[in-house]
Amino acid sequence: MKQKKKARPSAGQIALIVIGVLFFDVMLVWPLAEVLYRALKDGWALYWSAVTAKTTLSALGVTLLAAIIALLVDTFFALAASWLLTKFDFRGKSLLTTLIDIPFSISPVIAGLAFIMMFGRSGLATPVVNWFNDTFGTDIALVFSIHGVVLATIFVTFPYVLRELLPAMNLQGNAEEEAAAILGAGGFTIFRRVTLPHIKWPLIYGMVLCAARAFGEFGAVYAVSKARGETFTLPLEVDALYMSGGADAITQAFAVSSILVLLALVMLILKNIAEWRARKSEEQEGL
Amino acid sequence: MNIHLIKSKHLPRMAALGLSVCLLAGMLVGCGSSSDEAEEDSDVVELLNVSYDPTREFYEAYNELFTAYYEEAYGVTVEVTQSHGGSGSQARSVIEGNEADVVTLALAHDITLIENEGMIDAGWMDEFENNSSPYTSTIVFLVRAGNEKNIQDWDNLLQEGVDIITPDPKSSGGACWNFLAAWYYAEQQYGKDEAQIKEFMRALYANVLVMDSGARGATTTFVENGQGDVLIAWENEALQTMADYPDEYEIITPSVSILAEPSVAIVDENVTDHDTAEVAQAYLEYLYTDEAQRLIGEYYYRPTNEEILSEFSDVFDLDVELCTIDDFGGWDKAYETFFQDDAIFDEIYNS
Amino acid sequence: MRKKRNRVIPGFGLTMGITVTMLSLLILLPLASVLIRSFELTPAEFWETITRSNVIGAFQTSILCALIAAAINCVFGLILAWILVRYDFPGKRLIDGMIELPFALPTAVAGITLAKMYSDQGVLGQALERIGIQGSYTRVGLVIALVFVGIPFVVRSIQPVLRKLPPSCEEAALMLGASKGFTFRHVILPELTPALLTGFGLALARGIGEYGSVIYISGNSAKNGTQVVSYVIMQKLNSGSADYVGAAAIALVLLAISFLLMFLLNLVQWFAARRTR
Repeated sequence: MKQKKKARPSAGQIALIVIGVLFFDVMLVWPLAEVLYRALKDGWALYWSAVTAKTTLSALGVTLLAAIIALLVDTFFALAASWLLTKFDFRGKSLLTTLIDIPFSISPVIAGLAFIMMFGRSGLATPVVNWFNDTFGTDIALVFSIHGVVLATIFVTFPYVLRELLPAMNLQGNAEEEAAAILGAGGFTIFRRVTLPHIKWPLIYGMVLCAARAFGEFGAVYAVSKARGETFTLPLEVDALYMSGGADAITQAFAVSSILVLLALVMLILKNIAEWRARKSEEQEGL
Repeated sequence: MNIHLIKSKHLPRMAALGLSVCLLAGMLVGCGSSSDEAEEDSDVVELLNVSYDPTREFYEAYNELFTAYYEEAYGVTVEVTQSHGGSGSQARSVIEGNEADVVTLALAHDITLIENEGMIDAGWMDEFENNSSPYTSTIVFLVRAGNEKNIQDWDNLLQEGVDIITPDPKSSGGACWNFLAAWYYAEQQYGKDEAQIKEFMRALYANVLVMDSGARGATTTFVENGQGDVLIAWENEALQTMADYPDEYEIITPSVSILAEPSVAIVDENVTDHDTAEVAQAYLEYLYTDEAQRLIGEYYYRPTNEEILSEFSDVFDLDVELCTIDDFGGWDKAYETFFQDDAIFDEIYNS
Repeated sequence: MRKKRNRVIPGFGLTMGITVTMLSLLILLPLASVLIRSFELTPAEFWETITRSNVIGAFQTSILCALIAAAINCVFGLILAWILVRYDFPGKRLIDGMIELPFALPTAVAGITLAKMYSDQGVLGQALERIGIQGSYTRVGLVIALVFVGIPFVVRSIQPVLRKLPPSCEEAALMLGASKGFTFRHVILPELTPALLTGFGLALARGIGEYGSVIYISGNSAKNGTQVVSYVIMQKLNSGSADYVGAAAIALVLLAISFLLMFLLNLVQWFAARRTR
């Protein structure tokens, strides 16, 4: 399938490559290098003490917890919704798709505001939550708690897995599934035996992307989390350090940021592997 | 075709999968929160102090002092958790359900907001000495070493080419103090001629280069990002910056300024729920003891205890003439007159 | 609703149930509060809130800067996607792998870093200053931050389409004597338009609502036109009157804009899918 690349690039090609790479370096690589440079500016000792501080480790824990839960929820949702959106035609489909995509484009400020106005102390749904707590003797708080952080993370990452899954499933078509169904296979069997093998890599790619996005969320989580060392995620910890003033604090903030950069890079490597495998399996099928 | 049969046969398995995912998620969340609660021994009391940005270092030190004292006096271990942010947004978070036992905010108005929600009993201002302000501060100028633009007083800020950094009064408490201090100076200059005072303020805000959302952000813009010639700052922030970068900045104390009284209060509704009223009371009262007042001075806030304040006379310029919020009729009135939508600040800034 | 063909495959009810329930509980329920709270205003008050000069100004700033940033991203995103798909050069895999970095880097970190880089203390800021442009604390800075967060949307929208577009098409056109520009405009661009529009729209939608990365670099001055909508919402909330209703009203307008954009995008994709079918 692969087209042979021309051996000698033309001047136009070189120009395009130079423009593209320059843009990429200035817009993406430079800021990244800046973060790492500022993190290590004052030596390894300070860096190490910043990344192993108690609050940083706690924030790392919260970040990972929120990301993992969000990932599970989003993936489950993506599997159900992609099945619905690619296997069936129904009225209101395009409205439904639009609604699902909302968190993509929504301002994180609005997400935070919405949670607070719904579940905050005088929020609209708070009486329901209180009733639930009174009836079942629980003590659930949906904002200013770990639950709030998880919910906000789910909110902002909600469509990410689905977005990657949809094109792959659309491309796949429904012929094989229909054949399997006519032969009497059940829904779950069809999904596991017929659909899943085709979408495995796009699914993993979507999950990696979703996790990456979950690590980095700031605005929405900021609104529902206030206690450092308890419900702070890494981006909040960065902000807290940055805002704490003092000569070392800024370097510490960048040191903690570098953890996020490293997490992002790990995710991007995983993503690349997934993408590469996806393209390979796609090519095999193409033959 | 027996689609429905097929569907119903496998529905339980799908549902089971879905349920188990949700359960797992729930369990993980449960683990996360229960680990916090597990520490709750019978003689450990947890206290949440919701404060504003610049007090971070002070309260970290104070919490150590207080918990040591309290453990010795009552045999109870107190674990204080701090929360910091812009004063207004911190007050809001308490209203929204951040379960603060005590609040230590930048201005009384922010505590009044919580009071209006019925969470703090009226009369909180008289609960502790000095209008419930254990420490005060004032507004000064921070300029770069050498003071190239020769800034000595408020009127110098109006000179052409002077770039001012001050936060947005519409979103920052500290910025309100800055505005009022400048207003007071103009009032001294022009008497009761409001048109002239407004003209003065208009010229001043025309020189503002960057308007950050909070006082801390403004300090960072000035110090870290090197913007502007002068930062209108809290005295404690300015002194802290001087301590961090001794040769790079100078503090200029203007001829008049304002006595900023950051207020503290017990959040009555929450301490009743948490059964922490006693500790909360002790926590705030202890701020007025000699040890705590000295610590306050070391962190560049002005102690309200006159004797201890005088021990720090080499740190603070005690001769500056200070107006108070009462000169503006109290915070609620000042807020209405100056900072509400379409009030004087909007009139000055938007024209 | 009654297309038999589609009903061969089981699972409609179940997946519909799961999708709608999760969507409602996790996304729509919280968002409903914005709608409900803003209805506490009378229509006249609502109108007054959203037409105040600083609010209008903020909307103008946000939309204009997001438009410029999305347009810049379209140009460079197209170039990036093109060279990543069509050409071979050293470091290609690395670049391809790092396109999503802006997703993963917290917006606050990006904002802080960019503000430093493009202020007159930073190397890039000084370079800009030499050609008479001030970076940080102006609309230029705003656009730079939005370009940063928007890159992956455009590149990732175009890449898969470009990959499927066989080079033989253009080669045929070129061989038939068409110029390169003509080939690009009449052969390649039409195929890419839906993807380009999608990327443009996603970057635009993201840019209009962006907060974390822009507040540090914008300077937030109503006078210089650098206050963005998200900032005005926060300002309403953090002001001494904690104006939830006002904030909700502005948020509702912003929500309506993003909903509209997403709807248009889905229409574009729908038409594109129909055309290829």
